[in-house]
Amino acid sequence: MAEEKKGELGSDLTRRQFFTKLGLGSLSIAAVGTAAFSYQYLEPNVLYEPSPVVNAGKPDRYPLDSVTLDVNNGIYIIHSQEGYFSLSAVCTHLGCLTAWKQELGIIACPCHGSKFETNGKKIEGPAPKPLPWKRVWINDDGDVLVDRSTDVPALARDSFVRV
Amino acid sequence: MAKTVDQYFDELQQTRVWRSIFRSGTGSSTLKRALAIQQNVFLHLFSTKVRTRMLSFSATWYLGTLTLGTFLILVATGIPLMLYYHPSAPQAYADTKDLQFVVSSGMFLRNLHRWSAHAMVFLVFAHMFKVFYRGAYRTPREFNWVIGVVLLLITLLLSYTGYLLPWDQLAYWAITVGSNIASAVPVIGDKIHFLLLGGHAVNANALLRFYVLHCMILPLTAMFFVAIHFWRIRKDGGLYNHDSEPATIRAKNGRTSSGKEAK
Repeated sequence: MAEEKKGELGSDLTRRQFFTKLGLGSLSIAAVGTAAFSYQYLEPNVLYEPSPVVNAGKPDRYPLDSVTLDVNNGIYIIHSQEGYFSLSAVCTHLGCLTAWKQELGIIACPCHGSKFETNGKKIEGPAPKPLPWKRVWINDDGDVLVDRSTDVPALARDSFVRV
Repeated sequence: MAKTVDQYFDELQQTRVWRSIFRSGTGSSTLKRALAIQQNVFLHLFSTKVRTRMLSFSATWYLGTLTLGTFLILVATGIPLMLYYHPSAPQAYADTKDLQFVVSSGMFLRNLHRWSAHAMVFLVFAHMFKVFYRGAYRTPREFNWVIGVVLLLITLLLSYTGYLLPWDQLAYWAITVGSNIASAVPVIGDKIHFLLLGGHAVNANALLRFYVLHCMILPLTAMFFVAIHFWRIRKDGGLYNHDSEPATIRAKNGRTSSGKEAK
């Protein structure tokens, strides 16, 4: 059976056609390989970016009912009646750094005018989503730590840390 | 009898060295003049013959040529700017300041580069409008229109990548916003964002990537497509002039030069 098929295939191809197909096939495989290697090369394996975990210092740095922007890390540390929590300060529209407007009591983005409440809820666009909450905990030294890579549910009991 | 400058030039053109470089020889016969274009590596991209009417300002407003002119200014000013600019996060902003205030003629070169870049974007659009409203994009020139659209995209990408290089607040946030727009592409958006910046945010990797794109990859790609663009002008029958179009094509495109419907 197998031999019969092989014979059929062989009879359709001339030697020249066979080698043309073989050559084009090899080149195609090489091209796909080159594309794959190029893609891998362009994607950095090690990033020298700051750690997602930020040490925000002792909790008593943040008075009750205060909103503190950490400009370098792009987060807010907020001390509310329910406890401490952290919001991303990066606008969900196009990634600008938002600012805390104390006189208005809102968080506003200077780029395209999005506005947020201090719990992250969107007041007005163009931002499509609320500011995400970030995981907060107190380490053994009593410092507030924030993991910027982990979102937690807004206003959930576990999303606050109490001292 | 004293020789005139022209006579010296004629003699120069007869020398063996001159003739070894310029193969077509001298003389002003139609053939010789055609050969001078056809046998030159740069000029052979163009038509050997052009209608005088098409060389008048009103025919094209010289918009394509002016675009090439701004591109050449950008290359000529960009290369010297590269000699003082380090594409690294600690140095880029200081180098830009130095170019502006310390380097001799640095401010002139930088401003010339900047204004030419603005002019080039404007001219590319003006060129496209002119081509569009003259109907010069139609058969058999459709493909050259497509090449033109590619060149528009390259022009915009050159502007965009150059924007980051001063490494100031404006640059940083403009690229942050622009690269986040790229993330909006369905499915692969975040991947494009990551590959473009070489990371998750605008940082040293992004600066270097944008520098390489701005100074190497995009200009070379632009030159490649510009060469095809010019060559296609010749291959598609020279600069578009409605009255000299073959009757079949004129009928197909459906309008006469006076704007009336073709019979």
